[in-house]
Amino acid sequence: MEFPEELKYTEEHEWVSLDGDIVTIGVTDFAQDQLGDVVFVELPEVGEQVQGGKPFGVVESVKAVSDVYAPVSGEVIEINDALPDDPELINNSPYEEGWMLKIRLTTPAELEELMSVEAYQDFIEG
Amino acid sequence: MKKTPLNEVHRHSGARMVEFGGWDMPVQYTGVIAEHLAVRQSAGLFDVSHMGEIEVSGAQALDFLQHATINDASTLVDGQVQYSALCYPDGGVVDDLTVYRFNRERFLLCVNAANSEKDFAWLKTLQAESPFTTFEVNDRSSEFAQLALQGPKAEQILSRVTDLDLTKIKTYFFAEGRVAGVETVVSRTGYTGEDGFELYLAPDAAVTIWQALMQHGGDEGLVPVGLGARDTLRLEKAYALYGHEITAEIMPLEARLGWITKLGKGGFVGCNALLEAKERGLKRNLIGLKLSGPGVPREGYRVEYQGRDVGYVTSGTMSPTLRQGIALALVKKEFADADDFDIVIRNRTVAAKRTKLPFV
Repeated sequence: MEFPEELKYTEEHEWVSLDGDIVTIGVTDFAQDQLGDVVFVELPEVGEQVQGGKPFGVVESVKAVSDVYAPVSGEVIEINDALPDDPELINNSPYEEGWMLKIRLTTPAELEELMSVEAYQDFIEG
Repeated sequence: MKKTPLNEVHRHSGARMVEFGGWDMPVQYTGVIAEHLAVRQSAGLFDVSHMGEIEVSGAQALDFLQHATINDASTLVDGQVQYSALCYPDGGVVDDLTVYRFNRERFLLCVNAANSEKDFAWLKTLQAESPFTTFEVNDRSSEFAQLALQGPKAEQILSRVTDLDLTKIKTYFFAEGRVAGVETVVSRTGYTGEDGFELYLAPDAAVTIWQALMQHGGDEGLVPVGLGARDTLRLEKAYALYGHEITAEIMPLEARLGWITKLGKGGFVGCNALLEAKERGLKRNLIGLKLSGPGVPREGYRVEYQGRDVGYVTSGTMSPTLRQGIALALVKKEFADADDFDIVIRNRTVAAKRTKLPFV
């Protein structure tokens, strides 16, 4: 399983990458492996506000429905349009083609709550 | 948690294990969709050793089975299998099962894992009340492991490791012979809608036969298949699953099981209640729905017709074959012939069309 070093992680198994005040969000390799074959993804619309710690969408595998939580608060500026037709991108490429949304960060202090790759790996192994 | 004789084999194969009906079972090996498609296209091997086996034997075994089960067991010949069910006196379902006739004095019932103890207790209760005396009911579950080899390549694969002439075993018949050198009951039955076999064997032989089949089936695309795909495979074929389409509160006539409910065979437990319900008119009907757009219907989701609550989803999934959301739904009888429904998914209505069953 892969966990890129440059990303930040949450206890809900989302990853975050930061570029200026733009944050890209997806679910981790661990999350997609636990889910199994992803068959449906529900995302918010561009312009919606998401709130840190609150669900922003849903990922469904054949067997289960899982909420996806916003790691930080902000306005949705872009969603991954490929996911509705190709939800298995989350399994095949969780950090690249399987990204879920980009938001403009409103509360940068929330970033400090996120885990480093080492902390996240300890978290899932613990 | 109970373990099948193949527990270690599953773990070594990288299976994800889950609790099911009190058993530690593989839910998937590589992925539900790939395993599902393998069974439709070539073949899959399932460990279904969790299933229960109850033997009814003796001079009056058949008389007792006619009383206890809803199908007509008197039509069975030696070596034949019948899909049937046990009902309560009120017409609710105790369990669905298959009845194997070895000879006129020996029958084996294959029952759902989670219901095995309940079924055995129920049969013992019926036995105690029965006017028939010369028969026995014995729980043989611990004496059998069970494997299911399913898919269009099943016969070809199994023929490589058995001395039986499989072409002579017709659908819903069985024979006794050797598989990988081990005494096995080979039954041409299954729960996937594909051609295939269910094998009953001694638990200590399960690993031998599993490995022999995997070794001889690999070049035909045989893969191990977990309970995840077992569920999507049966749902595409609209086969009932106990606890979902049939329960103690759902009558077989409501769940598209009229074809196994032999109301004219001369009485059985539940027959009067079912006759009355039929005369009064059934209140509910099981129908098939396909989602018109994206989404996955799930058990318990509400089904609406023009904004009215008319029923609920009993089983739903994303069909791996159709790549579309499919559901079995129990709806009020007066709406069962309508075409356009909605399924409520997370407080939103999603259009769904009634479709002929099976889905695939």
